Order: sequence, then structure tokens, then C-alpha cells
Amino acid sequence: MSTADDKNRKAPAGERVADWADGRLGIYGLAKANMRKIFPDHWSFMLGEIALYSFIIIILTGVYLTLFFHPSMNEVEYHGGYVPLQGVMMSEAFASTLDISFDVRGGLLIRQIHHWAALIFLAAMLVHMMRVFFTGAFRKPREINWLFGFLLFVLGMFTGFTGYSLPDDLLSGTGVRFMQGAVLSVPVVGTYLSMFLFGGEFPGGDFVARFYSVHILLLPGIMLGLVVAHLILVFYHKHTQFAGPGRTNRNVVGMPLLPVYMAKAGGFFFLVFGLIVIVSAIATINPIWSIGPYRPDQVSTGAQPDWYMGFSEGLIRVMPGWEINFAGHTLVLGVFIPLIIFPLVLVAIAVYPFVESWVTGDKREHHILDRPRNAPTRTAFGVAWLTWYFVLLVGGGNDLWATHFHLSINAITWFVRVAFFAGPVIAFIVTKRICLGLQRRDAEKVLHGRESGVIKRLPHGEFVEVHTPLEQGDLHKLTAHEQYKPAEIGPTVDENGVERKVSPGEKLRAKLSEGYYGEGSQIPKPTAEEYKEITSGHGHH
Amino acid sequence: MKKLSARRRHPLAAVVVLLLALAATGGLYTAFAPAGKAQADETAQSLAIEEGKKLYSVGCASCHGTGGQGSSDGPSLVGVGSAAVDFQVGTGRMPAMAPGAQVPKKKVIYSQKEIDQLAAYVASLGAGPITPTAKQYSPAGADIAKGGDLFRTNCTQCHNFTGEGGALTHGKTAPSLEGVDPKHIYEAMQTGPQNMPSFPDSTMPEQQKRDIIAYVKAVNGEESASPGGLKLGGLGPVSEGLFAWIFGLGALIAVAVWVAAHTAKAKKS
Repeated sequence: MSTADDKNRKAPAGERVADWADGRLGIYGLAKANMRKIFPDHWSFMLGEIALYSFIIIILTGVYLTLFFHPSMNEVEYHGGYVPLQGVMMSEAFASTLDISFDVRGGLLIRQIHHWAALIFLAAMLVHMMRVFFTGAFRKPREINWLFGFLLFVLGMFTGFTGYSLPDDLLSGTGVRFMQGAVLSVPVVGTYLSMFLFGGEFPGGDFVARFYSVHILLLPGIMLGLVVAHLILVFYHKHTQFAGPGRTNRNVVGMPLLPVYMAKAGGFFFLVFGLIVIVSAIATINPIWSIGPYRPDQVSTGAQPDWYMGFSEGLIRVMPGWEINFAGHTLVLGVFIPLIIFPLVLVAIAVYPFVESWVTGDKREHHILDRPRNAPTRTAFGVAWLTWYFVLLVGGGNDLWATHFHLSINAITWFVRVAFFAGPVIAFIVTKRICLGLQRRDAEKVLHGRESGVIKRLPHGEFVEVHTPLEQGDLHKLTAHEQYKPAEIGPTVDENGVERKVSPGEKLRAKLSEGYYGEGSQIPKPTAEEYKEITSGHGHH
Repeated sequence: MKKLSARRRHPLAAVVVLLLALAATGGLYTAFAPAGKAQADETAQSLAIEEGKKLYSVGCASCHGTGGQGSSDGPSLVGVGSAAVDFQVGTGRMPAMAPGAQVPKKKVIYSQKEIDQLAAYVASLGAGPITPTAKQYSPAGADIAKGGDLFRTNCTQCHNFTGEGGALTHGKTAPSLEGVDPKHIYEAMQTGPQNMPSFPDSTMPEQQKRDIIAYVKAVNGEESASPGGLKLGGLGPVSEGLFAWIFGLGALIAVAVWVAAHTAKAKKS
């Protein structure tokens, strides 16, 4: 009622807590700056969120699993709940994984959530990475964040691989043996490296404990740091957006973080968690009880790694078994060459942003995303890379392709060998053509409107289809992209008539740039004049 | 005893002993001799061979030769034994439909009686593995854990961890063991059909074969449980990866599209 009352009134509890925290942490400024941060809305911007949430789920379930897992290779006789393995000798690691699966309350579900979430995490990272790639979101200023994301993907692969090896089952043991073989193939130092990694001859008694600390401490620690850095950079750079009315390179059109995105993201976390739990409750993954404990003298057909390592399996499977024997030493090219190509496959996509910015000479900031069709060369390269990756995955599962499609495994292997070289080239050409076709269609749509399906007969008997003109906003979306000119070498003779030396790098760059933006690599987008001329009625149809 | 020893010099003693000895011999002979039954068996056997030969000349001779000596289209059957016939014909692999990388399992067209007759005929061509009896291949009471270990040592290389089958070179395959009759698993180990190596009793005793059969029944039989849910074909990481992409990430992307489509409406004014 009175002013005296207002002064004496106690602040609400929430405000007091916030005040208390601000006095000690100084979070007010930080919160004020970031709580109203705007994020644009598009389903493809949530792919990274899927990856983030599955990562959190993996950490949560992983902590639970560490409570019961024994990272030890001591041999024990099994006497647990799974009858068909009773009395079998196995490592403590395997026995404790069986205990988690059969004797720990909720253990099997948590194990399956952990493993399914890992597969989904890696898949989400790859899809997220491809979204960033095909929309050109990696361009300045986001190149470093692209590399952080790439590193997360690679580290995720190795975290997954070490985790998959921990139960010491026959399948993962075969995988570890595979890795050890690859290490051994390294000239000169291979044997030393292997001895160092395994603390002696394979498999020894150490690797599970070593992989354990790498899997639960080293790699996830680095990844957690990278995730935080990745997110800070997203905040710092602000999110990219697709072209649209009112959207420019200098603004972000969307909803504020608080409350809209907090609610959306929070809800989406639970949706992701729920869906992964449903998958884990429905389908079994890595049933180590039917795979059996690892013994170096046993091996099974169908021994593949988890999907994200599948392309390395493919490299090994399709590589001819070449080797060179020289002065009592063997160089196992059949394994060593795949070992060299393995990182190259990954690096090929990782360095692309830098190659593109070098070729195009584009050093400006970009906050508006490209539609993939409007960057045909980039899109074609991306599809070529995916084709390469997929061809190797086919090679990695060649036995299952053979049995399920009634093919000869040898024929598949030869197909993969040829497609390894030819597939990306064909994919590149085809994709580029498709992009150009789509650009033509866009131009057609802008100038003539959308086909309405209504056929009109003119007084003199001619039939025409009525086209509905696009709305202003749609016209903007289809014509907002910039079209570049190829970077040229420039005058080679200066004003004094002195010839300058043109380096081969410069020549290559000019050639590549011609390939990017030259004739036949983009369809000129309709100009405003063209649009006016056509829509003014003169020369329509 | 005194009476007996007193009369041992009796003139008729020798006759009595002789009679007793004759009676004992006769008795023993009637007790142990195979007698008339043997006669009947032999007749049945030769009848089966006779019938088998007829079936053979209709269904098998075109490839394996009129006397089982083999031809360019099929191997010799001398010495393959009745177990091989029982396996090949009993699983429908023989008679083969067409030449190819491998003769697949298909619908069985002979009755068990006919298969036995064929087996009898082929067995008569030369000694080989004999069709096992139910007691030999029954998995009842066998050691599943031991069988698992043996299976992983001897079988998984081609048949996969739980006998889901796998690929071999040039279109050949190791078939799935799901739902295969224990008798046929036993016979396959005995005879080594097609690309499979044989595991005779000298390298893998009967008990071990039964352990393996018990293991296969336990992990890949009608009653075997999959504690973790759908087993996705039991093929390992490839099918798991496919499932994760399609039903895991695919569903999550569908959810993302749904969430993005239901965005917050901007407040009016």
C-alpha cells in the first residue's frame, strides 16, 4: 500500500538466491549477455544437439558401468548367472561384464544404453559434420570450430574402439589383434610399439587396464574439454542461418535462448534420452555372452568393428596381400598401406575448408548458409567423400553382403577395389550435374513461377499452363546467394613491361577456381532486370 | 559231495557227463546264436539295397554314375557312407537342382524310408561313416559350456559365433545352423559335406560332438533366449550399426524435424 511497505518487503526467494550467487560469482553480467542470445530455427541445426545429448547419456551410463566393471585380465572360472558359460575360464574383465549383464540390477539395460548411445553419438556427429559441410557453415570465422568438431569425431572413434575392447570378448579381442597387426606393420618401430602398447607379447595381461584408463579418463576428458570449447565458440560466433527475408550476414533471426531454447533443448534432451532407452530396451547390442571370452587361438567369421571403424576394416579387407621381403625383414604392404590411407580418408574431409578458402581466395566472414546446390563443387566433393567412405564400409562388411545378396565375396572385393578409385569420381560428376540442374530449376521458378497444373486455352487455340508467381520471400530465398567469379592469375606483365614469374601453385589455384566458378560450374541466377522484363508481360511464354 | 565222488567210477558216469556237456553246449548255442532273426535282417538289408539301387538309378545316377563311381558332374560315392547320404538327401541338398558354387539346402523330396534305402545302397558300395543313432547325437545331458568352447575353436571361423552362418570364397557359404536337426549337425561333422572339413571320431569323439550340438541348440535353437532383446540376426556390429543409423539416428532426426516444426509463436504486439 504505502512506500514504507515496499521498502520493508522481502525480495522473492529466487531473487535472493540469484543475488547471493551474483555477489560471489558475478554471473549477472554473463547471464544477461547470453540468456537472450538468439538462435535460428531449423531441424538440421539440432543434429549437433543429438550428438551432445547422446554424449551426456554415454557419460552418465558409463559412470554406472565403472562401478561394476573390473579392468583386469586375471583368469577366473565363471560361476555366474549365464548357464552356457559356467565353468569356462575367462578374464575378470569378461566375467565382470557378464555380471553386469546378468547379475547387476539394470546392468544389461545400462550397458546397452551405453553402447547404443555410442553408435548414435558417432552417427550424429558425422551427420552434423555433413550438415555443416554441405551448407558451408565451416567458412570464416568457423574454421577452428570445424576442426574441434572433426577432432571430436576422431576421438569419439577411438574412445568407442577402446570401450568396445574392454569386455575382452572374442569379437573385440579379434579387433584388438587386428589393431596390433596394423601396429606391427609399421616399418622399423612396429614391433617396439606393439611391445610397448601391450606390455610384451600380445595379448599379455595389461591391455584391458590400459585401454580402461584411456577409455574412461584420457579420451573422454579431452572430448569434454573440446565439447565445451565447441559450444563456447558457437556462442561467440553466433549461429549461422539460411537466407530469408530479414536475414542478413550481420544479424540472427530466431528465438532467444531463455526461455524458448532452454525449454526446447531441455525437452529435446529427454526425447533423445527416451528414444535411446527405447532402442536399448528393444534390441540387444554386443551380446558378449554368445560371443564368448577372448582366446587368441579362436576367431569367428563376421568379426567386424563398430560401424565408425568399419571403413578401416574395409581398407584391410580389400587390400591385396602384398609384402616385400628384404634382408630378413618383411614389409607388410597389405596392412601398412591401409594403415596409411586410414588417416588420409579422415584428413581429406577435415582440410577441405582450408583448401576451399585458398582456391576461392574468399577471406570474408559468412553467417548466411549456402544451399548445397548453389555450391556445386563443394557439394560434389562432399558426396564424393561420402561415396568413398560408404564404398569402404561395403568392403568392411563384404561377407554379409555376400551372404545376404547371394553374391561372391571375391566379386564384392573387386567391386570395392574399383569403386575405391572410380566411385568418388563418378559421384563427383553426377552430383555436380544434379546441382546445376537444380540451379536451372530455381532460375526457372523465379522467372516463370510455379507450375500450377491448370491448363488454359487461349482464344487462338493455343494451350498454356498457368504459372503462379512466387512470393517475394521465396524469390529472395532463391536468389540471395552470391555468385563468384573465378580467381584469375592477373596481369603477368607490370606497367614497366617486366614479366613476373607465375608460380605453379598460382596456376593450379586459377585452374581450380575456374572449376569452382567458371563457365559450366554455375548457372547465372536471374537478375532483377530479367525478372522485370518477363513479369511485365512482354514476351511471356 | 561224498555221494558224487563215490559214484564217479560208476560205469555210466561218462555217459552222464557227456549228456550234461551236450546239454550245456546246446543251451549256450540257443542262448547266444543270432539264429533266424539274423536271417530276416539280412533279407531286409538286401531288400533295402535293392530298393535303394532303384531309387539311385532314377535320382542320382545321372551325375554320380550308374554304379556310384562318379562322373564329371558329381563325385564318386564309394566310401562316403550312409551318414553322408542321410545328410545330403535328408536336408534336401541332394538331388542337386543345378550346378553352382554350392548346393543349397532345400525342400526334402524323399521320405525317411527312401532315404534309408538310398543310404543302404550307397553304404554297400564301400565302408564309410554310418548314420548315427538317436543316442549318439542327442544333446540331452551334454556339457553346453564345453560345447561352446569346442564350437569357438572349430566352427565359428565359418559359421559365426552362434552359428548364424558366414561367407566363403567365390559365392560359397557356411550355412546357418538355426533349426538344423541335431542328427544332421552330427552327420555334417562326421562326413564334412561340400566345403566343410570332416571331424571323424578320431579327432572329435562322439561326446564332443554332442557337446557342440547342445551348445548350438542352447544359443541358436527354438528355445534359446536373447536376454537383451531383438538379436538383429546375431550378425554382430554390421547389423547393429545399420539399426543404430536407421532406427536410432533416423528416429531422432524425425523427432528433431517434429520439434523444429512446432516452434514457439512470436507474441502478438
